[in-house]
Amino acid sequence: MANKDLKKYWKENLRYLFFLLAVWFVVSYGCGILFVDDLNSIRLGGFKLGFWFAQQGAMYVFVILIFVYIRLMTKLDKKYGLDV
Amino acid sequence: MSAQEWIWLLVGLTFALYIGIAIWTRAGSTKEFYVAGGGVSPLANGLATAADWMSAASFISMAGLISFSGYDGSVYLMGWTGGYVLLALLLAPYLRKFGKFTVPDFIGDRYYSNTARTVAVFCALIISFTYIAGQMRGVGLVFSRYLEVDINTGVVIGMIIVLFYAVLGGMKGITYTQVAQYCVLIFAFMVPAIFISFQMTGNLLPQLGFGSTGVDGVYLLDKLDGLHRELGFHEYTSGSKSVVDVFFITAALMVGTAGLPHVIVRFFTVNKVSDARKSAGWALLFIAILYTTAPAIAVFARTNLIETVSNQKYEELPDWFHTWESTGLLQFEDKNADGLIQYVADAAVNELQVDKDIMVLANPEIANLPNWVIGLIAAGALAAALSTAAGLLLVISASVSHDLIKKMIRPSISEKGELIAARLSALAAVMLAGYFGIHPPGFVAATVALAFGLAAASFFPAIVLGIFYKRMNKEGAVAGMVVGVLLMLYYMTRFKFGWFGGGTQANWWFGISPEGFGTYAMVINFAVSLGVSKFTPAPPKEVQEIVENIRIPSGAGAAQDH
Repeated sequence: MANKDLKKYWKENLRYLFFLLAVWFVVSYGCGILFVDDLNSIRLGGFKLGFWFAQQGAMYVFVILIFVYIRLMTKLDKKYGLDV
Repeated sequence: MSAQEWIWLLVGLTFALYIGIAIWTRAGSTKEFYVAGGGVSPLANGLATAADWMSAASFISMAGLISFSGYDGSVYLMGWTGGYVLLALLLAPYLRKFGKFTVPDFIGDRYYSNTARTVAVFCALIISFTYIAGQMRGVGLVFSRYLEVDINTGVVIGMIIVLFYAVLGGMKGITYTQVAQYCVLIFAFMVPAIFISFQMTGNLLPQLGFGSTGVDGVYLLDKLDGLHRELGFHEYTSGSKSVVDVFFITAALMVGTAGLPHVIVRFFTVNKVSDARKSAGWALLFIAILYTTAPAIAVFARTNLIETVSNQKYEELPDWFHTWESTGLLQFEDKNADGLIQYVADAAVNELQVDKDIMVLANPEIANLPNWVIGLIAAGALAAALSTAAGLLLVISASVSHDLIKKMIRPSISEKGELIAARLSALAAVMLAGYFGIHPPGFVAATVALAFGLAAASFFPAIVLGIFYKRMNKEGAVAGMVVGVLLMLYYMTRFKFGWFGGGTQANWWFGISPEGFGTYAMVINFAVSLGVSKFTPAPPKEVQEIVENIRIPSGAGAAQDH
């Protein structure tokens, strides 16, 4: 593959990583730790929202994040013909 | 059938299954021994990774730990799952593309230096040994509680089983036994959880159940918060640790998870880069099933416990209370001699000591579940401990036979010789682990946290920089790893063992506990690596080409020897 394409592929990859890791940070460190007290004033059924994020929500989002990443990268690999 | 017969039957059946798989999948080459031949499907690898990851501590102790710490227990839940996001996005695909056998392999080649390789081997060995001693102890505990054998006999039985399939099957044998072990352990964990959730809330899903209302129409968590306030404990849904500390501990566990060699090496066993990504996804999904259920069990068990014992007459308690009292996991001392149990936060008045492990182990009895469920818990706990022990054993044996003997001491060793060396080092490692299981050093509990801190402070920055920063050179990486590890060791030994003058919570740096210090040491490692590399020569051209190459997913051949 040409050097220029490689650079573009890598840049797009880094953009995905940045976006996904930002979400990763917000749901765990943000909702589950830093802003947990504020969120706890909101209720989700029997859960306080901050507590729910720390013990349930963050983990669901983690799983979703990896599967989104798999999808994005499969597409990106295909776009640059790297899926062999 | 009695509970005891069920236990023997289910444990016997699962052990026969593991041994059968080991014979069927025994390894014939070093490639099969180290990375299962590199042809494991992403789904099977995800299952195996999940079993590898979830240890006796996850299965037996975690729900209990959360049960007693409430919100503070979140650090384990987020920390031990969030690391897989880092692993999937930042490490697994690139290390798979790199295509060698071990983590020190990567460090040694990427940093073109045997010093770097030696530091990495040293870290891998410390991390794995601290972990495996705890697993063997876990096996012994389960045997002694459920099979009524002496705890040391239990450790020896566990050693023989692990020895059999790890030494014979290598990574190939381990992978397929771990697939079976995952199925056993998740079934064993979920069955009682679903039963209890249904009993207490009418909801079949424990994940939803613990946010529902109980039979009295009050939300379970509100009721528990109320009970906690009444008895003087801090509210269940809010924490007692400082925000800074929770933040640092969570980060240390996450980054440590991503840096653990026995987890990373699992991603070398799949066919190609896209499969490495997929297996990380499957692994986290399978792990999350247990990890999202654990906080629910914690709430059910905590509520059950308080309602059953608090201010009740000791004489009228149900049978399970007395069964577990005889094991020492429950201890009652009637301080004010009123015949009632005062279970409160104030240590001077409190009359009941509860061990955290009881929350999962006694669950079936507390909820009056049929005898076969008790047998299932025993088989599940053993599956969890054995699968993790086997994975660690393989890292130790590969570190010795591949990284030390083949790469440094005797590069001329034949394929056959290396395979024999691998099996012998696995044998020696089991013996040593068994010894530590029988004579547990007092520091085992303290050093599990140390293992995560060490992984965070050593491997994680070196690997991430090795992939994402082409200019990173050996001087920077080695300096970073050494400073990170030493700093971590200093802090842990000072505050855990009282070396270097010791100290209390008041002396903690920035209010960070030793458990969370791995994050700090990791940041220092990054800073030192980057700083030193600025003032030292760039890595040779061929190394920079390796880095360009691992960034492209295509053309990852099967894991290579070289």
